[in-house]
Amino acid sequence: MGLFDKLKAKVSAAVNTVAETFSVDRLKEGLEKTRTSFVSKLTSLLSGRKIDAALLEELEAILISADIGVDTTERILNGIKEKVKKEGFENAEDVYDILKAEIGEILIASPSSTMDAAYSVNEGNKPHVILVVGVNGVGKTTTIGKLSNNYKKAGKEVIIGAADTFRAAANEQLEVWAERAGVDIVQQKQGADPAAVAYDTLQAAIARGKDVVIIDTAGRLHNKTGLMAELEKIGRVMKKLKQDTPDDVFLVLDATTGQNAILQAKEFSKVVPVTGLVLTKLDGTAKGGVVIAIANELKLPVRYIGVGEKIDDLQPFDTVRFVEALFESPVKEDA
Amino acid sequence: MFENLQQRLEDAIKKLRGQSKLTEENIDEALKEVRKALLDADVNFDVAKGFIEQVKEKAIGTEVKGKVSPDQLIVKIIHDELVSVMGSSKSDLLHAPHAPTIIMIAGLQGSGKTTFSGKLAASLRKKGRQPLLVACDVYRPAAVDQLKTLGEQIGAPVFTMEGANPVSIATEALVYARKFARDYIIIDTAGRLTIDEAMMQEVADIKEKVSPHEILFVCDAMTGQDAVNTAKAFHERLSLTGVVLSKLDGDTRGGAALSIRQVVGKPIKFVSTGEKMDALEPFHPDRIASRILGMGDIVSLVEKAQSQYDEKEAEKIEAKIKKGEFNFNDFMEQMSMIRKMGSLKDLLGMIPGMDKAMRNVEIDDSAFTKVEAIINSMTKKEREQPKILNGSRRLRIAKGSGTSIQEVNRLIKQFEDMQKMMKQMTNGKMKMPKMPTGGFMPGMFGRRN
Repeated sequence: MGLFDKLKAKVSAAVNTVAETFSVDRLKEGLEKTRTSFVSKLTSLLSGRKIDAALLEELEAILISADIGVDTTERILNGIKEKVKKEGFENAEDVYDILKAEIGEILIASPSSTMDAAYSVNEGNKPHVILVVGVNGVGKTTTIGKLSNNYKKAGKEVIIGAADTFRAAANEQLEVWAERAGVDIVQQKQGADPAAVAYDTLQAAIARGKDVVIIDTAGRLHNKTGLMAELEKIGRVMKKLKQDTPDDVFLVLDATTGQNAILQAKEFSKVVPVTGLVLTKLDGTAKGGVVIAIANELKLPVRYIGVGEKIDDLQPFDTVRFVEALFESPVKEDA
Repeated sequence: MFENLQQRLEDAIKKLRGQSKLTEENIDEALKEVRKALLDADVNFDVAKGFIEQVKEKAIGTEVKGKVSPDQLIVKIIHDELVSVMGSSKSDLLHAPHAPTIIMIAGLQGSGKTTFSGKLAASLRKKGRQPLLVACDVYRPAAVDQLKTLGEQIGAPVFTMEGANPVSIATEALVYARKFARDYIIIDTAGRLTIDEAMMQEVADIKEKVSPHEILFVCDAMTGQDAVNTAKAFHERLSLTGVVLSKLDGDTRGGAALSIRQVVGKPIKFVSTGEKMDALEPFHPDRIASRILGMGDIVSLVEKAQSQYDEKEAEKIEAKIKKGEFNFNDFMEQMSMIRKMGSLKDLLGMIPGMDKAMRNVEIDDSAFTKVEAIINSMTKKEREQPKILNGSRRLRIAKGSGTSIQEVNRLIKQFEDMQKMMKQMTNGKMKMPKMPTGGFMPGMFGRRN
């Protein structure tokens, strides 16, 4: 057994411990509101009815109300109609499983389903640099706190760079999270050049032999050209210290966001190579249906989802489990 | 994703050419497009449905008159209906008969409450008021620091109490405000989920204790279908007095505005865009209506153009163009007319479809200044007869205006091209747009990033 295998074993063991802390229950709990409203609406629609145009219209309402979007909803409905026609379904209850299969299909066909090992680092390419971007108020700083915590739990040494030098007290907020997670933080004064902070952080990471660098950035609306150029600069400056930096760019999206989330993903991808999405605030009443729209329309994987405010409420996104959790209902369990 | 609605409508309604009346059959296809536009803009499903039904009722039987095409007519009916639904006039901040006026800010996490609180205080300061900011968000790390920093920036005191609970902070703040004669109290509360019973109870308790005159719900303009449920839940708990729409920038269509207005029935009082402390605007229903439909802010643009544009002046210029007499003096006049209307980027953003096209183009208004400098460095004769501009004259102009000979050459070249184009237009080869676009030359002010 070579050194590489040993390392691999060590990493996968660490990943497993992390994964265990995120039980399916946690996801279910987080998605409780999503589930109860979505599933209860569905079951009450589908019970004891025949499949007809009126039923499909009501189904459309449920899907659109879940932020799945007009185009994706249309695709799902067409799929259902096709299957109904082909296999001669009549009872509305059957639509439940067809719908689940349709949504599952979209998610599984998307890059989200090829799960990268969560919280792992390529040992030959340290430090692993993650740039976290997004519009204002989506929960970037909170996500970074949780990410650091999880990497730390997975046995990685983490350093955070506070490159949100714009928002008042962003520094202090990140400091609190760094403290909670027990990781290092590099910061400068408010108003400092974000690229300089990123550079300093990476330099410190290399000097201190850290495994993971997470760079926080200021919230920016994706149509502000100047601010978007700043993101580009952060990436450019860090490349001076380590080639191919950043290794990951996570775009944080708020689950309560509607169809604009798709535009955000598109626009951010134009300036920085977004490698994955983090969907936050899934513990609210929002249905996070935009995940399905994103899976249908974009080539970007959802990497993590935030299902609560606690530091360990960030989990790797698992398409299969997501669909299961979305569709699991007490009614179905009894049946 | 958001193609121009008018274009889509036009496609849908092509079959209607030649019909003089809008009937149930012929508008169904068009309304389907409108419905999609509304849903793409995140207007709540039920609200969109009800809205379309209403529009249908109004549209059926309306006669298509004059030069208006059926699709334009439908857009107009819809636009007007949207405006009326969203409250036709703007609604100001309440002012309590006896100071202090107490304003409570509530909303979900990350909706922009603290930023808005700062902006509101800044705008009150500008009016010579004495606002007091109250930091009741004791949960989010550094939220209090954020408000403190903002308070310093705008010169408003911030009331904080370490270790106290939000209800007592608010109560004490009231005592403090009375003692120090602050006439507005802005209570910034923590972001909370509507399903978090303890937190909802807390904000209800604050309300109970301080009886705010104004309870504003801050809503992220990018919120999806859930906006309605959230607003409803807050309204049930707090009896909101108004809504603030935040992050309404660029391509945000802000369908949430319509939904919330419909469901809560309270006016949208402010639009809060950007993080700069002066970026707070009153709410204009007509502009939001255009955005939701994805048709730019053509109404405002037309209004602006009308107010600056003199019909007679236009005829005079047209005659000049025809005779090939359009010169640099006329050009300057046209340009100043455009400049009076606002920044170029703003103006272009109001043209349907342009908003999207212009998103990545930085428009430099200072380019105007350069052009003006060049023209001002010309002699009277040169301005009237651009033909005499030879090499040595051009060099003199470049020196005089502090520009380069290349820039002068480029301007003259563009001017000549424009002259040609305009001549063609007025000779009927092309349609002259009924807009004072005469002075605008593509590529002259734009720089693509």
